[in-house]
Amino acid sequence: MLLSIRSLTKTFPGTLALDGVDFDLAAGEVHALLGENGAGKSTLIKCLTGAYHRDGGTVALDGAQIAPRSTVEAQELGIGTVYQEVNLLPNLTVAQNLMFGREPRRFGLIDTRAMRAEAREMLRQYGLELDVDRDLGNYSVAIQQIIAIARAVALSGKVLILDEPTASLDAREVEMVFDVVRGLRERGLGIVFVSHFLDQVFELTDRVTVLRNGRKIVTERTADLDRMGLIEHMLGRALENEVEQQSAEGADTTHPDLLHFNGVGRRGVIEPFDLTIGQGEVVGLAGLLGSGRTESAELMFGIRPAQTGSIRDDKGPLDLKNPRAAIAAGFGFAPEDRKTDGIVADLSIRENIVLGLQARRGWARPIPRAEQNRLAEDYIKRLDIRTSGREKPVGDLSGGNQQKVVLARWLAMNPRFLILDEPTRGIDVGAHAEILRLIHDLTDAGMSVLVISSEIEELVAASDRVIVLRDRRHVAELSGSRVVPDTIMRAIAGGGAKGGEAA
Amino acid sequence: MKIRTLLGSAAILAVTAASALAEGETVGFAQIGSESGWRAAETTLTKQQAEERGIDLRFSDAQQKQENQIAAIRSFIAQGVDAILLAPVVATGWDSVLEEAQEAEIPVVLLDRQVDSSDELYLTAVGSNLVHEGEVAGEWLVNAVGDEECRIVELQGTTGSTPAIDRKTGFENAIEGHDNMEIVRSQTGDFTRAQGKEVMESFLQAENGGKDICALYAHNDDMAVGAIQAIKEAGLAPGEDILVVSIDAVPDIFKAMADGEANATVELTPNMAGPAFDVLEAYWADGTAPEKFIQTESRLFTQDDDPTGEYEARKGLGY
Amino acid sequence: MLLKRIAPQLIALAALILLVTLVYPDFLDISFRDGRLVGPVIDVLKRGAPVALLAVGMTLVIATRGIDLSVGTVMAICGAVAAWAIASGWGLAPALLLALAAGAAAGLWNGLLVAVVGIQPFVATLILMTMGRGIAQLITEGRILTFNHPGFAFFGSGTVLGLPVPAWLWLLTGVGVALLMRRSALGMLIEATGINRRASALAGVNATVLLIAVYMASGLCAALAGIVVTADIRGADANNAGLWLELDAILAVVIGGNSLLGGRFSILAALLGALIIQTIDTGILLAGFPSEYNLVIKAALVLVILVLQSPRIAAEWRIWRESQRASREALAERSRT
Repeated sequence: MLLSIRSLTKTFPGTLALDGVDFDLAAGEVHALLGENGAGKSTLIKCLTGAYHRDGGTVALDGAQIAPRSTVEAQELGIGTVYQEVNLLPNLTVAQNLMFGREPRRFGLIDTRAMRAEAREMLRQYGLELDVDRDLGNYSVAIQQIIAIARAVALSGKVLILDEPTASLDAREVEMVFDVVRGLRERGLGIVFVSHFLDQVFELTDRVTVLRNGRKIVTERTADLDRMGLIEHMLGRALENEVEQQSAEGADTTHPDLLHFNGVGRRGVIEPFDLTIGQGEVVGLAGLLGSGRTESAELMFGIRPAQTGSIRDDKGPLDLKNPRAAIAAGFGFAPEDRKTDGIVADLSIRENIVLGLQARRGWARPIPRAEQNRLAEDYIKRLDIRTSGREKPVGDLSGGNQQKVVLARWLAMNPRFLILDEPTRGIDVGAHAEILRLIHDLTDAGMSVLVISSEIEELVAASDRVIVLRDRRHVAELSGSRVVPDTIMRAIAGGGAKGGEAA
Repeated sequence: MKIRTLLGSAAILAVTAASALAEGETVGFAQIGSESGWRAAETTLTKQQAEERGIDLRFSDAQQKQENQIAAIRSFIAQGVDAILLAPVVATGWDSVLEEAQEAEIPVVLLDRQVDSSDELYLTAVGSNLVHEGEVAGEWLVNAVGDEECRIVELQGTTGSTPAIDRKTGFENAIEGHDNMEIVRSQTGDFTRAQGKEVMESFLQAENGGKDICALYAHNDDMAVGAIQAIKEAGLAPGEDILVVSIDAVPDIFKAMADGEANATVELTPNMAGPAFDVLEAYWADGTAPEKFIQTESRLFTQDDDPTGEYEARKGLGY
Repeated sequence: MLLKRIAPQLIALAALILLVTLVYPDFLDISFRDGRLVGPVIDVLKRGAPVALLAVGMTLVIATRGIDLSVGTVMAICGAVAAWAIASGWGLAPALLLALAAGAAAGLWNGLLVAVVGIQPFVATLILMTMGRGIAQLITEGRILTFNHPGFAFFGSGTVLGLPVPAWLWLLTGVGVALLMRRSALGMLIEATGINRRASALAGVNATVLLIAVYMASGLCAALAGIVVTADIRGADANNAGLWLELDAILAVVIGGNSLLGGRFSILAALLGALIIQTIDTGILLAGFPSEYNLVIKAALVLVILVLQSPRIAAEWRIWRESQRASREALAERSRT
């Protein structure tokens, strides 16, 4: 084995990011590393490249134990990395980028002629004939990506880690990069390929390792896997014990229509979709990362205005041109990324809870302090927010408690339609069940909820209806007895979700 | 007619004064900019003087940038003017462009400020003697006070600037040996009216509400005008309780003198062009080489010199 | 709680006054003459007016994680507008309104560039900072535009109830704006926007309008400051009015313990910061040092104040004190057994 990782462990305050992960990479192999957000892919890579220092386990390269402390040290050992965002300097020339830090010198000065020749020779190995004197920024992202690969290979030469290298490329450009990667495989490099495009994984890679929640789930030859099996590994099938499958049973209660989204879409973001939300109904959005789940929610909340379609309730059309308009229409949205989109870290729990309510009332009508205190205390108790007091800055709370504060902000406004994007991400299992229970309480009181989640079991437990997304399209709508993990998985994989295909 | 170039482009504005004389000579004027009222008045007077003498004046506003001035001079040389007037923004870095003018046999006259180049490279320099201005102001005060005790406060110009240093030196030269006169407080007022007022307030505060101050010497009129307001607000009569002498002779100080609130000012004439054109006309006529420095008159104005009339005469000059 | 927030500034001011009194013993003398209070402290209150007024607006702008470099220039523009209106015989009220409108317009321009166009505040306000003096010079035609109007001059050198009018202006503006911020919800909404604009917008806060309003408030404060300095010297000096005062205003906000990264703010602390700066300035003038030392002394004092206020030093001090207490208790423990 070229690279062999055993029992790799890495903890961050409050979370176990990597839990005894094993990973092998052979020379002349392209090995896919898969997993949803938070599975531990990037932590694993950062431990390899020296950006993080591991807490436990061993890493051996060519049989020798290594523990790189920096990216430079990892490069010298033979491990190079190329990221999705090209990590070069667009305002230097191609040659300067390729040779940066190791320019050929003559009499102490940079020998530009030798540098150009060497750069040209390097690119020729990848089948590229470029003017190496032009600024890098003049070339397409694909070319820049290949130049980044060339530079990484030249610097390290044993292991190449490609972290979502194709995310911003079109199909033809992807092929270009893949040709380069295949060439490197023939030269005997070991390549770690991180991507969430499953087609590309099947096209390019020899083996697949799936991580989930910091643990290694499986390593298999790609040829031995089908899409369905791969997705099952990624999303997990183990039921959390506390969650009862109640909703799927008595799910046939009818819900009077509350909102209609007709042909709502935005170019390059999400294909136009139709969606009707019933009163007191929970609708789940299922799909892989990047399938358009969050984007759908953003259109529905006015964060990105829809370019096509119309939205109306029983009283007439709604113009959701921005979040404030959506809030005025009685919508709420608890975003996926709490830190950047949810909490206001330096403000207190009390202020974070009343923020939305206050913004809706307008600045001139402040909520009396006593009322603020009452609201804060009420929700701290109701949602069991663990804190030493309501005046504590939200930034000091744990992730789960921060999520509860954001939820409290919306509940205090009593919306008729609440969108929850990954409401349980990064929350301990106990809190999972609490939030699911809360959703049921809300819908019992007549509120409609849209839940986005990567955890199929959670969606099944919570939802009356599930919309499945794939490649930025709503591809299936499942309700009643079809809201079961198997059907959803199949719909995500694109195999045969029979019937229920929605436009 | 007044031509304002406050926001004018850095490009050369060629202003051709209507010339009645067919043999009118052409002169290029590389002005610094229009950073102060005095500078604007200098521009106005130069244009007036040129028009009166039938000289075709080409004017360039450098907006305080030496590279603009050098570009303007090169352009004047290319146009083949008969002489160049230069008010240099800084003292150094003129050698090569002055040599170019010399090779083209175009005489250069420096206005108002000096350069560090060899005096072979220009015809002459017209300017005032800053030390002398301070001396004239000091001598006036020496005569006005006589033998009485006089505690003087001084408002300096911008710390470290040549006018501030020289005007201070000149004044000190003048009162030297008069033991009844003493500068008790001296602070910078940055040549501005607002700072002049603020610093004067602190002087008044520190000197027993101003009762211990006999005279104020300000390095320019603007600071004096600000200080006069401070004195009035402290309940004293400027011009009587505290004598006020300053330098520049801008219109507003004549107004104060007419009201009896200021006593004397020393003129820094904005008419540098008059003597410059005199010298040039002699040079064009028969090649007369002038002295290397022509000192303009530092004339003293007091309340007896028809301040109202002087105010009216000056207010249109662009101060 | 308020007292705890402004305690460092109060302590710094008290220490500074003590220091100034050492070099100029009469610093705290106040007498009553011709119906008005006279003394160095009154001078500080009066002369501190422009920076204090600017600091009020600047505090709000900085709370939104912005900065307004244009305030000094806006002072010059508004002063020029007021002087021009007075000199053209428009009368007092129209002149004041026109000057305030000019300040509001300048703030609107800055606010639009920052909140709508999305230019960095530093760059957006730099545009007006460099361009604005030209505008002011156009209005005054490059000279000091003087006027003789006792009613307008009152705003610079008048007295009400013994105190100079400029002092009243900043006191009332500062306390008024501080009360407005805390009695309404504006303070919290501004802080939320400054800490996390995106999250605030998603919660329904109209961050765009809030940002524009904050820059307009800063423009209005600059207009008041411009009126004060113009009325003070009875003339609009487009070249020098408010020159570099934006830096003093930012300094006042920082001495007031407000973070340049936005968020929590205290207007009262910023006003104390302005008083600290003016006490230094006035103290230097009264002390009678040669003027070459002015800036050095000011810089040194500001440095000392900022260093003593830094959270790092405060934390070190707390740790040191606790360790002292712990060792004392350990000693007491040992002596008991």
